[in-house]
Amino acid sequence: MVQLLTPEGRRVTNDEFEWRGTDDDLVGRLRDMTLTRRFDNEATALQRKGELGVWPPSLGQEAAQVGSARALAPKDTVFPSYREHGVALCLEVPLKQLIALFRGTDAGDWEMLDRFRNYQIIIGAQTLHATGYAMGLQFDGLVGNPDPADNAAVIAYHGDGASSQGDVNESFIFSASYNAPVVFFCQNNQWAISEPMTLQSRIPLFERARGFGFPGVQVDGNDVLAVQAVTEWALERARNGEGPTFIEAFTYRMGAHTTADDPTKYRRDEETQEWAGRDPIKRLTAYLREQGAIDDAHLARLEEESKDFGSEIRSWVDQLRVRTMDELFDNVYADNTVELEAQRREYAEYNAGFEEAL
Amino acid sequence: MLRKFLLPDPGEGLVEAEIVAWRVAEGDIVEVNDVLVEIETSKSLVELPSPWAGTIKSLLVAEGTTVEVGAAIIELDDGVAESVETEAPAPNLVGTGPSEAPRSRRRGRRREEPSEVSQAISDSYEPHEPGRRPDEVHPAGEVHAQPVGDPLPTAGKAPTESTLVLASDPTAVRAKPPIRKYAKDLGVDLGTVVGSGPDGTITRADVEAAVAFQRLADEPRQGRIVNDHSTFQRESRQDTFPPGGGYGPFGAGSGFGAGGGAQSDPFNGRQERRVPIRGVRKATAENLVRSVNTHVHVTEWITIDVTPTMDFVEKLKNRREFTGLRISPLLVYAKAICLALARNPDLNTSWDEENQEIVYHPGVNLGVAAATPRGLMVPNIKNADQLSLIELCRAINQLVAVSREGKLQPGDYTGGTFTITNVGVFGVDAGTPIINGNESAIFCMGAIQRRPWVVETNGVEEVVPRSVTTLAIAFDHRIIDGEQGSQFLHDVAEILAEPALALLF
Repeated sequence: MVQLLTPEGRRVTNDEFEWRGTDDDLVGRLRDMTLTRRFDNEATALQRKGELGVWPPSLGQEAAQVGSARALAPKDTVFPSYREHGVALCLEVPLKQLIALFRGTDAGDWEMLDRFRNYQIIIGAQTLHATGYAMGLQFDGLVGNPDPADNAAVIAYHGDGASSQGDVNESFIFSASYNAPVVFFCQNNQWAISEPMTLQSRIPLFERARGFGFPGVQVDGNDVLAVQAVTEWALERARNGEGPTFIEAFTYRMGAHTTADDPTKYRRDEETQEWAGRDPIKRLTAYLREQGAIDDAHLARLEEESKDFGSEIRSWVDQLRVRTMDELFDNVYADNTVELEAQRREYAEYNAGFEEAL
Repeated sequence: MLRKFLLPDPGEGLVEAEIVAWRVAEGDIVEVNDVLVEIETSKSLVELPSPWAGTIKSLLVAEGTTVEVGAAIIELDDGVAESVETEAPAPNLVGTGPSEAPRSRRRGRRREEPSEVSQAISDSYEPHEPGRRPDEVHPAGEVHAQPVGDPLPTAGKAPTESTLVLASDPTAVRAKPPIRKYAKDLGVDLGTVVGSGPDGTITRADVEAAVAFQRLADEPRQGRIVNDHSTFQRESRQDTFPPGGGYGPFGAGSGFGAGGGAQSDPFNGRQERRVPIRGVRKATAENLVRSVNTHVHVTEWITIDVTPTMDFVEKLKNRREFTGLRISPLLVYAKAICLALARNPDLNTSWDEENQEIVYHPGVNLGVAAATPRGLMVPNIKNADQLSLIELCRAINQLVAVSREGKLQPGDYTGGTFTITNVGVFGVDAGTPIINGNESAIFCMGAIQRRPWVVETNGVEEVVPRSVTTLAIAFDHRIIDGEQGSQFLHDVAEILAEPALALLF
């Protein structure tokens, strides 16, 4: 497993991968991760207050998300699952849209951002989209050009549970066959809802990549340095036309699968406690303090910023407008189909069938 | 300004939750996101954070109460001057809270027209209680009585012998695959069943009615008049819902079905109470049904004098090593059972259907049925057979404490190999327990009572008061024959009648 920063916050070296950034960059990563955690905690709390329908917490997976997102070049595209809040934050996706999505005031009909596709709820389906899109990049001549600035790659985020899906395995086969420029970034958070990783795979996940014919790397998913280093390497390969890579970011879902789940029913406290000792934010804070890159005043400012961010997030819910069903019919096709117009009429009729209660 | 916090839906599509514990008291000052309360839904235990900062004015719901989503549970003063709006309505996001818009409802006309397809689908997949479906078809004979008040449920269609003969061509049968499977599992020939669904489709309720009918037909000596419609209704209901839940590791159900005679309202207008089956109750029921449907239960019992065990317990209580520990006869029972299991390994086994093997467990994970705040749970003591008496005592004490607090973790109640249930604590003589999970036997402790007992001293018999109890063992006859089961029970009884004999084991 590739690791460059231990849980205690000590830098270690690795034969193949090295951290090429500065401590200043790492101060930035600390801010990314802190704000991601704040965003996630606030959204979880909003769900508990009845403001969101459901929320999938990213707690504990900040380093995997931030490290990989910060490895992306401007032309690279992200195909996320539904838990990539940290990636969204780093790519400056308007986070209000994510809140709207889980509040149900937004059906995912956003202005598609070039670099960050919609959250995908269907487990693993985004890996197919990512592979197809990556093949498109090849057809468009955006892979393997002499000038690196002309090249692009795709990263598909998925979880350990998704690795058991047929879609995902088919994506692996297609991307290998076509040598598509896609990085499969698997956050192995150990639990597919209540199904432990050990039940799903007899071997470490990254070893599966070999069977599909491309490299697989296991990286400490709670080590932001290692994650970024490994992801940069994999994206570089993709852009150069060297084909797909599988990255297994070994991490842990500290919270529930979603707010509708109760992990205490299927996993032991001891396990969660053990992983709390490997917290990605704690270890980076320890390292940066030791280096003198940050001090108490810096952390206090960060806490203040995070707090303000929290109130801003809370204020969003009041600003979100409930969409009408009618708008949905407008946003599926540029030119509506006859069938959809018929459905719109049927729905309007159905709505008219209600009357005021006594 | 006074704010009311309305109970949100903390899961997906839940309708109610129980207030487990308040984390704040009236007068407390809270910040945004401070935890206000812990609630339990049918899915999880959840902490609810405060949407506002301010002072707690009043807790509107007592702990232990179940409230509906959307109900106000706590009032908080946010310190902001009163404005025109006095109460912030909770947003209605998942369709269960109060709506901002005026409530509206469907006109009845539409409601009563489910499409045939959707009706057929729900008929096929919903696990119908036979009686809950409106009786749409083929009354078998004259209906003798008119129901009063709410229509009493009927046992689905009531087939007469003639209807059974009518449809006999199996190729003409219309039934969905799940229903065909269901019928096959129950040994029902669909060719003999008349369907009551759309286009004569056979529904789950039809199959269940056919089973109930078949059972009646097989027992003519009971003197039932099969063609009498009202009799059929009554009898078949009782067949479908046998009275009494039987023994779980604890207690019997009262077993009063919703049926009864159709002649009059037996309760003079008093309303029945209906409680949704879910959570631990549901899991318990499913486990018991699975156990009863797989294990071949046999129960044996023996009544013995356990005065020496009671004396032994008293001795232990006075020993220094046991200071601070609660010692009950359960400790001696548990030890005796571990010793007897070593001599009778057939009772510490599991049936592996898939591999067609009997699994002899390498150790005893001793389950103890416990009434916990979450309901009946059977946590087990891992490797109880390797524990010394003092270690076993500590383990039992800890298990009781953790169970009482409702803090059991999944690992605590999985992996059991043998279970003890104690109905004696309820003052009951003994019981015929149901085997827990995939274990092969369960031991039932009865009440220990002072009773007259014949004691022989130097060839003279006299009746003296002794501490007497009944021990029972239920075991799976697929694995364990009467010989092994009896030997085990005898061994346990021997130790309890004279703990010193444990030295022989």
